[in-house]
Amino acid sequence: MSSIFFIVLRRMRAPLIVLIVIYAVSVLGLTLVPGVDANGQPAPPLSFFHAFYFISYTATTIGFGEIPNAFSDAQRLWVTVCIYLTVIGWSYSIVTLLALFQDKAFQSVLVVGRFARRVRHLHEPFYLVCGCGETGALVCRTLDELNIRFVVVEAREERVQELDLEDFKTDVPALAADAQAPKVLQMAGLLHPKCLGVLALTNDDNVNLAIAISTRLLNPGLTVLARAENPMTAANMASFGTHHIINPFERFADYLGLALEAPHTIRLLEWVTGLPGRQMPPMHRPPSGAWVVCGHGRFSRPVVRELAEHDLQVTVITPEAMDAIAPPLRNVIGLGVRAETLCEAGVAEAVGLVAGTDNDVNNLSIAVTAKAMNPDLFVVLRQNRITNASLFEAYGAQFTMVPSRIIAHESMAMIITPLLARFLDGVRGRDDDWAAACCARMEAQFGDEMPQVWSVRIDDQEAPALTAHLKDGGAELSITTRGFELNNECLDALPLMLVGSDRVSLSLFPAGNMPLHCGDELLFAGRGRARDSQRTLLSNANILAYLLTGRERPGGWIWQEYGKKLD
Amino acid sequence: MNLEKVVFAFFILLAATLNFGFFIGDIADPVLHNVYELFAAIVVSLIATVLKFGDRTQIGAIHLATSLVADLQLIAAAITWAVAVHVTGVGMTAHVTSSVVSLSGGALFANIVSVVILIIETVMLRR
Repeated sequence: MSSIFFIVLRRMRAPLIVLIVIYAVSVLGLTLVPGVDANGQPAPPLSFFHAFYFISYTATTIGFGEIPNAFSDAQRLWVTVCIYLTVIGWSYSIVTLLALFQDKAFQSVLVVGRFARRVRHLHEPFYLVCGCGETGALVCRTLDELNIRFVVVEAREERVQELDLEDFKTDVPALAADAQAPKVLQMAGLLHPKCLGVLALTNDDNVNLAIAISTRLLNPGLTVLARAENPMTAANMASFGTHHIINPFERFADYLGLALEAPHTIRLLEWVTGLPGRQMPPMHRPPSGAWVVCGHGRFSRPVVRELAEHDLQVTVITPEAMDAIAPPLRNVIGLGVRAETLCEAGVAEAVGLVAGTDNDVNNLSIAVTAKAMNPDLFVVLRQNRITNASLFEAYGAQFTMVPSRIIAHESMAMIITPLLARFLDGVRGRDDDWAAACCARMEAQFGDEMPQVWSVRIDDQEAPALTAHLKDGGAELSITTRGFELNNECLDALPLMLVGSDRVSLSLFPAGNMPLHCGDELLFAGRGRARDSQRTLLSNANILAYLLTGRERPGGWIWQEYGKKLD
Repeated sequence: MNLEKVVFAFFILLAATLNFGFFIGDIADPVLHNVYELFAAIVVSLIATVLKFGDRTQIGAIHLATSLVADLQLIAAAITWAVAVHVTGVGMTAHVTSSVVSLSGGALFANIVSVVILIIETVMLRR
């Protein structure tokens, strides 16, 4: 704000001085030129007061006429000069001011100033999202759906303009600037007391790295979540303690590997990391046998590694010959879009196909050609651009990998519920049958719509009523999912995990009769409305007491005292 | 030599000297205080104010503040004069004259501060 003020002042210096001089000359002249009275006799000139009054209304083209008396011809001569002088002075000022407002640099100062002010005036906790391409947009939309505030920094001007047109519930401050500059991050609220974390989601690894390190140095307490598509960058980020590093390609390969050995575990992971409100995709059961992989870039390399680790026979189709090929791996040279190449790679006998080049049209072409040769093929498709979604949906592959969606899911899950990471680790440690039973429970409760996942800590902040009750009485876990009425109606929420107050003891899918203690942390999956009801339940002592005792508790102090006497 | 500095110092000094010229003399005697000199002091003081616009330094801010004080006092003096001569018609009595001159005296003080700051700045920067 102050910088805008100073720019205006500096630019207006010359016109204002010109205006002051013109006024001074005009007023001075009028006080010197002799006038004439009503009888045509010479009269003394106007005084300063009248001269200033006259020039003021003449210069602004209001023109009341010749006040207080009709002017002499000498005065009229001087006034004619004054009129032209003052018009020039005003025009010069106004033109300078207009030019200033048209000035590109000035406008950008205005925009930046407004952005910084909006960020400064945020009074709710918010996240700083750097990079609003496909991934960032997905994350922003989800944050908005969950009523979490966020600030966007994006390098491309047109993306920021598109963001303004998006129908967000809250007002989203967005700035077109290079997030690598620490100053930009600071302006976007890196040091803001309400900033919860930074999401580095640009499609440039180096920029993400710069954001992560700036955050680490300038505000070490913040959670940083960074996207890294290059293993080198990921290692670099890990070296200075970035909290979550997401490599979508590694993550997908990991999923695929997990899906090969434990399809229900991956299903359960999908249940809790999906974007709330979306449809649950069908279950993935990649078959064992020979696989054909097209492409050998960032995406295919980890996939091939993962398949090979599961002792599957893999044929890789690459445009150029690969160097280092171990025996179970076979290499066919070609693009994969032609039937001959696919035939040579043995698609007819294979059970699975991975179309993993960085070109969406080629991937679809590969999949369609291969499916024609072998209709039972399990097809894994890589979708590079979200805008091609309709094509991929129409094709209907068993497994479609969308990098931006993986990053969005993962970052949302991590950011919203830090407990989730422990839950996921816990789930991976169990066997597939256990996961199958859990999936069945999830499906019975939520159908095929993905639930929200949230965590609650039993303390004075998040559950004051329950904490107060626990200090002199016990309660079971089932109380946290009770409806407000005494009939045994339950909230549409499922406890996923209970972490004891010692932070070590942990139980997955805890039973309803587990005792609760102060300091316990709970992870729930459920509908948004259940979450709101639960928050009320845990913080409203009267409702909680009613549910625990079955008696309406007196609310006010007088009735409480009165009630004690009756007891 | 920097032309900007010359112009700047010129206007600040001129504002102070004109102000001083108007102020000097028996405070109640209208003959010793020319209204044209007051007019010149106001105009030069306004120009000096505008010249100080846009300087973001601490000293620049104090410069601007002192100038605004001087403007305020001089304009108050001019309004007092206009009211006495044209509105109420009492004319330049000893009472009115002393009010106008003492207001300009206040402005003179602000202008002197301006000059002192100018000197301090010059000495400090040693350029």
